[in-house]
Amino acid sequence: MSVKEMTAKEVAKKVINKDELFILDVRNESDFNDWKIEGENIEVFNTPYFDLLDGVEEILDKIPTDREVLVVCAKEGSSNMIAEMLSDEGFTVSYLKDGMKAWSEHLEPVKIGDLTNGGEIYQFVRLGKGCLSYMVVSNGEAAVIDSTRKSDIYLDFAASLNVEITHVFDTHLHADHISGGREIAQSTNATYWLPPKDAEEVVFEYSPLEGGNVVTIGNTDININALYSPGHTIGSTSFVIDEKYLLSGDILFIDSIGRPDLAGLAEDWVEDLRETLYNRYRELSDELIVLPAHFMIVEELNDDGSVAKPLGTLFAENHGLNIADEAEFRQMVTGNLPPQPNSYQEIRETNMGKITPDDDKQREMEIGPNRCAVR
Amino acid sequence: MIKTDLVLDAKGLACPMPIVKTKKAMSGLDSGEILEIQATDKGSTADLKAWAQSTGHRYLGTVEEGNVLKHYLRKSSEEEKEEKKHPNVMKNEELEQKIDANQDTVVLDVREAAEYAFSHIPNAKSVPLGELDEYLNELDKESEIHVVCQTGNRSDFAAQKLTAAGFKQVINIVPGMSEWTGPTGKSVN
Repeated sequence: MSVKEMTAKEVAKKVINKDELFILDVRNESDFNDWKIEGENIEVFNTPYFDLLDGVEEILDKIPTDREVLVVCAKEGSSNMIAEMLSDEGFTVSYLKDGMKAWSEHLEPVKIGDLTNGGEIYQFVRLGKGCLSYMVVSNGEAAVIDSTRKSDIYLDFAASLNVEITHVFDTHLHADHISGGREIAQSTNATYWLPPKDAEEVVFEYSPLEGGNVVTIGNTDININALYSPGHTIGSTSFVIDEKYLLSGDILFIDSIGRPDLAGLAEDWVEDLRETLYNRYRELSDELIVLPAHFMIVEELNDDGSVAKPLGTLFAENHGLNIADEAEFRQMVTGNLPPQPNSYQEIRETNMGKITPDDDKQREMEIGPNRCAVR
Repeated sequence: MIKTDLVLDAKGLACPMPIVKTKKAMSGLDSGEILEIQATDKGSTADLKAWAQSTGHRYLGTVEEGNVLKHYLRKSSEEEKEEKKHPNVMKNEELEQKIDANQDTVVLDVREAAEYAFSHIPNAKSVPLGELDEYLNELDKESEIHVVCQTGNRSDFAAQKLTAAGFKQVINIVPGMSEWTGPTGKSVN
């Protein structure tokens, strides 16, 4: 029997298509409990590789023969070894190329829709970490919003569409992932926009993004209206694009809402969060399609792999938008917070330009779930 | 430098090799001996800890020196099953109170230097059981000497040995460092 290699991209396709897959995750238990590959028809079983060094006999009855089997580890080496051992026992299995490291970084571009005067909007789904980023394209120009660390993915995508990136935005100072915004802006000479209230400690040049800003991409009328919407961070800003899409950053998600504590100011920002969600967003059209910067669970994915829903639907279905009592709301967003994202302070400092860890270190800082929401 | 029985060079090796090599090196050691594993794979710390736990060896700690991670493991031993013979024993809590009242209380830690390095009672003196003979002349035969180890067995053996050598007031501390809740010090970063 032979051992095959499976790429993160192929796994992403399976998650989106809801294909059946059995994953044997051979990382240690604590890494596994921290985060893993998830999908509607994906079954995951964890046994650390170091418990299998003397042989895989004891787990053979756990390995199905009616489905594809993928062995996964942190970087590839151990999964390759265990896959070989299973193969020697007669199983046909694959291992994940470059391991969870590749899974964490993989982005799957999904087209969200066309824009009124020509052009398109794309969502980049980072399945492994739940990050969502965007590219707005019109007449040879492009804008990137909330990009993840691997800037070459956006540069390559823009090149494949034959468009030039002219503007780069971050809706807020991210605490769960390292922004690729600065790098993209530097290599394309694009303007890098940041909300100034989040950027007080930033050590590089940027353009301040404030309420009422209108930025034109291409020469068709695609306007990005910055809507000041504090709560997750003090500077958090939402964009309305083409009067059709609401990029809500980390304020509002499909099935949850933003957490206000990642700069240590939960008590101070909870009122801002409520004001944004219960007043400012209420004034917007129900028909706007909400495009958040994160998703938390695979159930939030639409059938095409995108993460998007009309604002009106969220007002009806999202629990975080339906807590009439202010005290109860306060209790929910400050009382029961999940653990903070791994290395979130270092990630914030990296995004401010204060520290510049090397590539390996940055990758390590980002490993794990994002935990930006409260439900 | 922490004294160890064997140093394993796993630098530059990617997972799973550091653990594969550790497993092999461990099988060549005697119970209670200390293995130092030098690795550069960042994931090796969590994996070694988890591996040690599932195999019954004791993970002592890790020291970071530049890019190199030095992990310390002690091979599992059967010492828990032995019967204690030294009659004069004292509970951890009692020793803690005694040290509180008198900082000059004499405590000998007879575990291996690597075990001592990662966690010990602040004023304890490190005298590994195997080197006890060399220290006999440095200690006062008339004064109280408290002997501690991980679970009270090596210290029991040391206490008997000291008594046989003419020490008058030797006290074995039970159960020892495995359940010590008082203050501790570290001699590594």
